[in-house]
Parts: sequence; C-alpha cells; structure tokens
Amino acid sequence: MAIRTQSLHPHPSPLPTREREQSYSKVITGNHAVSYGALLARVQVISAYPITPQTQVVELLSEFCANGTLHAKFIKVESEHSAMAALIGAASAGARAFTATSAHGLALMHEMLHWAAGARLPIVMANINRAMGPPWSVWTDQNDSLSQRDTGWMQIYCESNQEVLDTVLQAYRVAERVSLPAMLVLDAFVLSHTAEAVEIPSQSLVDQYLPPYRAGYKLDVSDPHAFGGLAPPDVYMELRYQIQKAHEAALGEFARADEEFERLFGRRYGLIESYYADDAELIVVTSGTVTSTARDVIDELRAEGHRVGLLKIRLFRPFPIELVRQALMPAKKIAVIDRNIGFGVGGIFAQEIKSALYNAPVRPALFGFVAGLGGRDITPEVLREIVDYAETHQEPEDLIWVGVKT
Amino acid sequence: MIEVRFHGRGGQGAVVASEILAAALFKEGQFVQAFPAFGVERRGAPVTAFLRSDTRPIRRRCQIYTPDMVVVLDPTLIAAVDVTAGLKPHGLVLVNTERPPEDFSQWHDFTVATVPASAIAVEHRLGTRTNPIVNTAILGAFARATGLVRLESILEAIAEKIPAQAERNQAAAQAAYERVVVRSVAMAVQ
Repeated sequence: MAIRTQSLHPHPSPLPTREREQSYSKVITGNHAVSYGALLARVQVISAYPITPQTQVVELLSEFCANGTLHAKFIKVESEHSAMAALIGAASAGARAFTATSAHGLALMHEMLHWAAGARLPIVMANINRAMGPPWSVWTDQNDSLSQRDTGWMQIYCESNQEVLDTVLQAYRVAERVSLPAMLVLDAFVLSHTAEAVEIPSQSLVDQYLPPYRAGYKLDVSDPHAFGGLAPPDVYMELRYQIQKAHEAALGEFARADEEFERLFGRRYGLIESYYADDAELIVVTSGTVTSTARDVIDELRAEGHRVGLLKIRLFRPFPIELVRQALMPAKKIAVIDRNIGFGVGGIFAQEIKSALYNAPVRPALFGFVAGLGGRDITPEVLREIVDYAETHQEPEDLIWVGVKT
Repeated sequence: MIEVRFHGRGGQGAVVASEILAAALFKEGQFVQAFPAFGVERRGAPVTAFLRSDTRPIRRRCQIYTPDMVVVLDPTLIAAVDVTAGLKPHGLVLVNTERPPEDFSQWHDFTVATVPASAIAVEHRLGTRTNPIVNTAILGAFARATGLVRLESILEAIAEKIPAQAERNQAAAQAAYERVVVRSVAMAVQ
C-alpha cells in the first residue's frame, strides 16, 4: 500500500533544471541537508513517522515527492516500527529505501533494526541525536543511537551540514557494497535546525558516484524465493559470522568511498580525523558537533603553547580499531568527551577507545569525560575546562562529570 | 566574527529573519550560521534566534552569550526578557517601536535604533493589525542601522525565502530602511 503524500500547502515548484545540472551552494539547515542527500541519491521508497527534531527532513522529502522533483513512493505509516518494516519490504524487493527518525522513534524501531541488518538490507537512515526520556527532552545527546550499537547497523557521526549531505551519499555507496544498513547521525538543533552554506552537487556527478542499486537477491514473483525463514543452530552462527565479516569489509569500503568522493567532489572526511594530533601530548577525542567547536579551542591552545590535539571519531560502527590505535598511541594522555552515558559503566566512546587500546603495545592514560547531556551547551569554556583537568591530573580516571550540579 | 541575537514572539518570524539575514550575508561572500534558540516554540511565547557571520569558516557550534547586536521584534518583550543580556559594550539594539531611541535611556551604553516595523508591516498587509509579521521590515532597518549588509542583498534573500509574497515583504523592508532612526553611543555621550 503506497500512498502519495497530499500536502495541505501549495507545492513549491520542482527545482529549476539549472539547479539539478550544476553544483550550487545555498544556506540550508542540517535537516534539509539530509533531504537533499536523499533526493540526490535518487531514493525510491521513503517511509517515516514525524518526531521532533527530525520532522523537517521528511517534510521536505514529501514535498519533493508531491511536486515531482523526486520520483519515490512516500509511504505514510502509524509508527516508526512500521516505517522500518515498510522499508524492509521495499529493500527486499530491490528498492533504495530511506527514512529518518530520532530518540523514541529510533527506540521503537529497535526490533526492525535487527531485522534490517540480519536480512542484509542496505537501508540508509538519518537519526537526529535526541536525548531519551523520561524526563522528556528534545535536545541533543547520543544515547538514542548508541543504544542501537549492537543491532548490526553501521553508524557515522557528522560535524557539519555539508558532511551530513555528503554522508548520505557515502552511506548508500558503502551500504550497497557490503549489504548492511547504515545510520548517519547528527546533533539535534546544533545541526538539525542550524542553517549554513552547503554545496549541493549536481545530479550527474552524484550519479557517477552512486549508480542505481542492484540487489543481489530480491523478492521477485517470476523467480520465487523465501527469505527470513527458521535457521537451526547448524546454520545461524555462520550468518552472524558473515555480518561481522561484512562490517570488517566496510572499513575498507568506507576508505575507498571517501577517496572516490574526494576525486569527484573535492571533499573527504576519513573514518577518523586527526587534528594537530601528531606531536600532541594530550589528544581530545570527540564526535559530532563537539568536534567543530573543539577545533577552535585547539587552535587557541596551540597558540598559547599547549601540546594538545584532537581525534574525531566519524565512523563508530564498524569501529576503526587499528586506525584509532595508531592515532592515539603516540600521546601521553587521552581525554574522551562523551555526550552520552552508559549507565553503570561510563561514557560509551571511552569504553570503545579503551577496548581498542587494550591489546595495543602502548596505552596512554585515559580520562573519560561526560558532558552536554540533554542538550546542555558544550562551549569553548567547557572544552578548556576538560583540557585543563586532563593536563593537570596525572592518574587516569574512568568517569568525570563536567558541569554537573550535585 | 559578528554575533546577532533576535528576540521575537512565536509567529512573528524571528527564526525566518535570522535565516533571511544569513542568506543575504552569504550572497555577499560571508560565512554564516543561523539557528533558533534550541527549544520548543509556541505562538506568542518569547522566541530567540541567532546569527553568526564571519569572513572565515565558522566552526563554533554553541549558543551565543555575548552578541554584538540585538534585534527586538516585539517591544513588549523589553519588560519580559533581559534583551540586552550579554550584549557587548557599545553594541547595538534595534527595536520595533513607535518611540524614538532617546526614550530608551536605560541603554546609554549601547547604540539604539528604532523603527515602527509593526505599522510598516500593517501598511504592507503583512499579517494582521493585531499580529503583524514584522521580520522582513526589521531586516530593512537592520541593513541601514548596522551597515553590516546591503539592502539589495536583503531584498534578494527575501525573494528566495518568501517567493509567494516577495514584493510586499521587499517593500516593507525598503520602507523600514528609510524610516529607522539611530542614536549612536557617541551621540548619546554628547
């Protein structure tokens, strides 16, 4: 049952031809950067349920569908669980499928997230990082996406609106090559509702980068197969082994997708990115928009003579263990900033970094900071406080709460 | 880097004003960032929006606490909200009001600009008499009072952001550009 969206408002006219044929820049929000990414990826089926702060993503996509700019089926559903279920059906039939959600919407999808990964469907989803309730919050933190860590989805954390648009394209390219779903993640409000200049590449360039999806196996009435049947103990484990192997292969595919992206579009991001980290005594580890503000702070601290650098974790699943080791081993100390809390343990990125370093020959002292939960602002002053703490303390600490009122 | 804070009420278009200003500055080759106060907006409730503009890429992604300029879309907010909180010394306050800048003696440390944006919006049939939409008018006044952006860039950005009623909004911006009154800090000292 595919229903075209009927907008109550007059439809904006389709993009002028000029805009489809040439790259151009305009000032758009992070949410609309997601929509433009999906448009340029020529997604064929969209199914979504609205939730703050994601709603604008699918609002614009539904307008693109209604006015003929994008030739896709927009399937309205009654919940996020159904949205993902609809996309599992669409992708099983060989369609390029897209959705976007946030927080409780993502949590409601949880069962279907396992299904999408287990069925090896290259669905791409944007998750706008929003804190989980109760108490209700619409502001950013990473507990929603990190709670889905072990579903088998790839996860990519974005820093700017340009990176958001570009990551939609990279995500499809990798997802379809390794047959795994991919989630790109952007901070609520700090990206989703912030307008800044974004280069929107031409359709022809994107088509070169991202050819049409050709499913290796699909539902086809003229060639009937059954999917998702019962797997007894003598075969189940092998299918899990293959998902892990696909994640390992995705590391190389992401690196190649990034190189090819730079060749065509002139931008690259890396799986991780070191910033003034080569000779740093202290490396601050960040993800999402904290990275962007931290670049300013690192520049200031370097000018003041501090030997401090930055490591941005862009790809969280698969986790680039070897790259992270190589980047961090030269440092004396590491300060991991987590905008999340793994209750009963500490920051989740800190756990991942510790795990990556455990079998490394050298292990720098690690300080795990938790900051900015539920959208509490992470300002340059907060970042300086974190650097100062790590610089002036010698014994590593697993969990340091930043700015918490006790 | 220039940082601007907009104070309005839900429905007056403060967030759209910040986005039109960002588009206008982008046309002039600036790097820009526009965002609402990260919150939940309701019609009539106080709303804040922000803008950053710089000649270099903007990497700072936190809220604005010490703006260079403040734009007040609704004069009743002055009694309800500390609209000059954190405003830099000698910063600028632009207010939608019928009153002259001299009436705002509490802001002697700041440059004060006033413009009857509500009346101008009503004259151009933007919104209703009780709920005029003043965001495009106030941007015309902003261009004149700050010199940060050219009126032509504002008019072009309005046409892109509000294609359905571009001409009336542009005329309102033009009228406000001509009717804004500025009292600079230096003049106040004299």
